[in-house]
Amino acid sequence: MEIKKTSLNKLHQSKHAKFVEFAGYEMPIQYGKGIIEEHKFTRSHSGIFDVSHMGQLFIYGDESLTEELEKIFPLDLKNLQQNCSKYSFLMNEDAGIYDDLIITKIEEGYLIILNAACKEKDFEILSNLLGKRFKMNLDNNRSLIAIQGPKSVEILNSIINGVDQLNFMTGNWFDSDNQKLFVTRSGYTGEDGFEISISNDKAEKFVENLIEKGAQLIGLGARDTLRLEAGLCLYGHELDINKTPVEANLRWAISKSRLSNGGFIGSKKIMNQMQDGASQIRVGIKPEGRLIAREKTKIFKDTDKQIGEITSGTFGPSVNGPIAMGYVDKEFSKVDTKILLEVRGKKYPANICALPFYKKSYVKGVN
Amino acid sequence: MSEVKFSKEHEWITLEGDVATIGITKHATEMLGDIVFAELPEKGSTVEKDGTAGVVESTKAASDVYTPVSGEVVDTNQSIVDDPAKINEDPEGGAWFFKLKIKDSSELDTLMNKDEYDKFAKETSN
Repeated sequence: MEIKKTSLNKLHQSKHAKFVEFAGYEMPIQYGKGIIEEHKFTRSHSGIFDVSHMGQLFIYGDESLTEELEKIFPLDLKNLQQNCSKYSFLMNEDAGIYDDLIITKIEEGYLIILNAACKEKDFEILSNLLGKRFKMNLDNNRSLIAIQGPKSVEILNSIINGVDQLNFMTGNWFDSDNQKLFVTRSGYTGEDGFEISISNDKAEKFVENLIEKGAQLIGLGARDTLRLEAGLCLYGHELDINKTPVEANLRWAISKSRLSNGGFIGSKKIMNQMQDGASQIRVGIKPEGRLIAREKTKIFKDTDKQIGEITSGTFGPSVNGPIAMGYVDKEFSKVDTKILLEVRGKKYPANICALPFYKKSYVKGVN
Repeated sequence: MSEVKFSKEHEWITLEGDVATIGITKHATEMLGDIVFAELPEKGSTVEKDGTAGVVESTKAASDVYTPVSGEVVDTNQSIVDDPAKINEDPEGGAWFFKLKIKDSSELDTLMNKDEYDKFAKETSN
């Protein structure tokens, strides 16, 4: 299959991007200055991320659509206000996660942002579940641009007036340069920021405009170190079809009002696990010293008892040390539990620690 | 000090008497990106030509460091373990990895000189 390119591909090239294949797309892993510089620039200024490979699924419908989606997602969508977003999951009957996603109620129905590697399958699953009653559009004509970091609000507001009035996890349509943009205040770095859905033919000029105002393009490499410091899950690593939201320590994302009556796919398993607990749970892990423990590193308690495995691990530039997330048996999941990590045949000490590694700075109370 | 020689695994080596100093090339650091972890061989241990003699990790991945010649490790550069970013800053100078008392100086004959290495690096990175 031919590798796909986003509408910003030429711009990435002109900024000396190093490319990798990611979910069938040629995506920038980093630009000239490297991952640590890009990471720190995002935390101190404003980073632009091309996330156009992600799926933008529009589903059109009224209250009957809300009812149908409540049979799928563990959310109180009836009481979700228009233009508000929720983090959620598409699950199977065993509460195994097909994908994690952001769903926003819009005037016309719902907009769901899906992971690039999962979007086609998600579309198929949702099409089968919803039947032909609702028009669905996995929109390939729109790019998705994230801008993250403390200067982002000022920069973006100078181009799209009014975005500074959005609260975290809300969005709206804005008019800019004779086009309709959907902007949400959200992101994947632990910083204040926005995601902008924009038609492909306008994306490059829009990003060039952001760069002129002082923001810089940031690659997938720094996106990964930023999200890991913020304790956020990456599908295919922390989350997959064999893990449930309870095991992933994401029970906060399940609406309380849906737990008493269930009625969504996977609800039985979720309700059981909420009561009895899961046998393994996602935790934060800090290796002692500078040792980096990557994905699939085995976790031990004492020398011979394996209690889990790392799902993501790297060096956290803002934490200035190694960080990781992984799953451990529940009895060893308490903060400050001493564990051992097996790296290159040797066992090294580490500690279970609270997430996030880096304090989030979301803007919650604008209005 | 002898002419700097280079290996296909992107190490450089210089010889002073029978003690060789070994590090990784600037080209290697550019390929790796930001280096955030370094592990060195133990002083007093012996290493074999083309065997692993350390590890470097960037934000992206771990890579083995090989030794281009055999010998006994007589010194290691602790400063790059404490501050791995030094490897990106001065890879072919202050950020050397280890020193070996070499076993057989003819092992250096198979290595590349600077021009050969630059050509090799250019060809293999495309």
